Amino acid sequence: MTILPPRRLDLAGHRRRHGDLPLSRPGFADAVAAVNLRGRGGGGFPTAVKLRSVRGRRPIVVANGCEGDPHSHKDKALLNLAPHLVLDGIQVAAAEVGATEAVLCLHEGSPVAAGVAAALAERADPVPVRLAAIPPRYVASEESALVHYLSTGDARPTGKHPRPAERGVRGRPTLVDNVETLAQLALLAFSPDTYRVSHLVTLTGAVRNPGVVEAPPGTPVGALLARAGGETEPLQAVLVGGYGGTWLPRDSGETVSGISSVYALPARACGLAYTAKILAYLAAESARQCGPCMFGLSAIAVDFAELVRGGDATGRLARRLPVIAGRGACAHPDGAVRLATSALRVFAADVSAHLSGRGCRVLAGVA
Amino acid sequence: MSTALWYFSRASGLVSLVLFTGVVVLGALGAGRFATREWPRFTLAAVHRNLALTSLAFLAVHIVTAIVDGYVSLGWLDVVVPFVSDYQPFWVGLGAVAIDLLLAIVVTSLARTRIPPRVWRAVHWLAYLCWPVALVHGIGMAESDTAYGWIVGLDVLCALAVLGAVVFRAVVPDPDAQARKLSPLRR
Amino acid sequence: MSDELAVDPIACRGHGLCADLLPELVRLDEWGYPLLARGPVPGSLRPDARRAVAACPALALRLKR
Repeated sequence: MTILPPRRLDLAGHRRRHGDLPLSRPGFADAVAAVNLRGRGGGGFPTAVKLRSVRGRRPIVVANGCEGDPHSHKDKALLNLAPHLVLDGIQVAAAEVGATEAVLCLHEGSPVAAGVAAALAERADPVPVRLAAIPPRYVASEESALVHYLSTGDARPTGKHPRPAERGVRGRPTLVDNVETLAQLALLAFSPDTYRVSHLVTLTGAVRNPGVVEAPPGTPVGALLARAGGETEPLQAVLVGGYGGTWLPRDSGETVSGISSVYALPARACGLAYTAKILAYLAAESARQCGPCMFGLSAIAVDFAELVRGGDATGRLARRLPVIAGRGACAHPDGAVRLATSALRVFAADVSAHLSGRGCRVLAGVA
Repeated sequence: MSTALWYFSRASGLVSLVLFTGVVVLGALGAGRFATREWPRFTLAAVHRNLALTSLAFLAVHIVTAIVDGYVSLGWLDVVVPFVSDYQPFWVGLGAVAIDLLLAIVVTSLARTRIPPRVWRAVHWLAYLCWPVALVHGIGMAESDTAYGWIVGLDVLCALAVLGAVVFRAVVPDPDAQARKLSPLRR
Repeated sequence: MSDELAVDPIACRGHGLCADLLPELVRLDEWGYPLLARGPVPGSLRPDARRAVAACPALALRLKR
């Protein structure tokens, strides 16, 4: 059975499809570990480990449905078509960690907010779930930023320590999980014997049917593109993992584990120009708490813009990229460095073309 | 003899105030930015600390001689409990307030790596309260002094120095602070 | 017993005293923020490391077990 139904299901329709919400079972965390379920919010952290680490008084479950990356739409699709699967997942997780309340986080102005609220109104859950509107900024949906916002109204990340599982929202042990991860927990609880992990992946760019597909973990990029109807024109490269992800050549045999989004860049587009735009965005979205991020991201964004114009910024980039990652309180600068480094590798020929004055392969970039 | 000690007390009080003015100016400037090869950042930080310790020494002399001289009636308790002294309770009391604040600053600074950074910082900011209280204490205590005019003049110079340092710090941009202000998530 | 240097990236303001006091283990990047050498602090440098930790105006440098 697919994760996403063909049409939005109300509570009755959802119950007809999946059955009644299963009561918590001992050994559930072991079952989660056995299927090697990992977080679907980008981090890929083993879900069972997270479940087991939430201990203490009055735990709280935070469901992250923000999905701030512009290349990702799977969570919105999930919340739109199968909100009750996510809400069941929240109840399953809450029962597992002994939580007394849950919060479902969406960005302010989220197009799925009304539908989720309507789905919530249909239910009478043992653990109450409330909706929270998160400021619409890129880093605000990071795990520690969410916890910080829910505790103090400040949506900036706070760093890895203390872990939310030990001390999170208002000092309580907190389980923060992506909404797709929670949906997977519900599916496992519904069918523990037949459940097999299947991922939701967003495909955008030059594909025939951009949107959300379902695929087993480890599906190669080419097969994912095929599931989205294949490419509409010859592709140059793909960007896997969103704005903070990795560029791969079109025919890369490389399989990236836990892919959640793929952007297909047509051959006629300029990958450098597109990357420069993303870097400028990432620099502007820095929370500006850590020196290497607030200065480093602006610097490499400027360097890339210079590269696009034909100026030689390769020396500066070679010096800067290795020293920016890993020195911030969150992974935001790491993503920017990953994007920039993979762009220089995949679009190396374009770098030469820009520097030699032969010009860009396009007259206008792809938006 | 006792009048001599009393004069000595006032003199050491003045010296202490001038030295503390230097401490506050260095602290307010964030002196690390003026570092040169001969005066590296940690040296300027050490000057801030050592000047404070020297000033504390003069302050100790100022207090001890004031109590021991017998010229005026002041007890040990009056040093830390404000406004209960027999002699000039208000002006002496201000001195006690300044001492109390200073004690908190000194104790937290000695233990600064062992207490939460936020606590250390909050108490350290009390220096901006402690210093003017000490200044006003000095002016009030010197009211009947023949050198009153000179003392006020000195105090005005000290106040200008601190004010100048504070304005400088508020106005002159520090790249880190400027960058932080641009955060899209700033409240 | 191995201590490692770590910096709180949010608290760090780029004062740079750590690099002055412990140049063997701390360099500054082009923007003035510390680049720490990986691995445990050698025993001979531990007193200097502790001095650097105490000197940080932002209390951002830490010595962790």
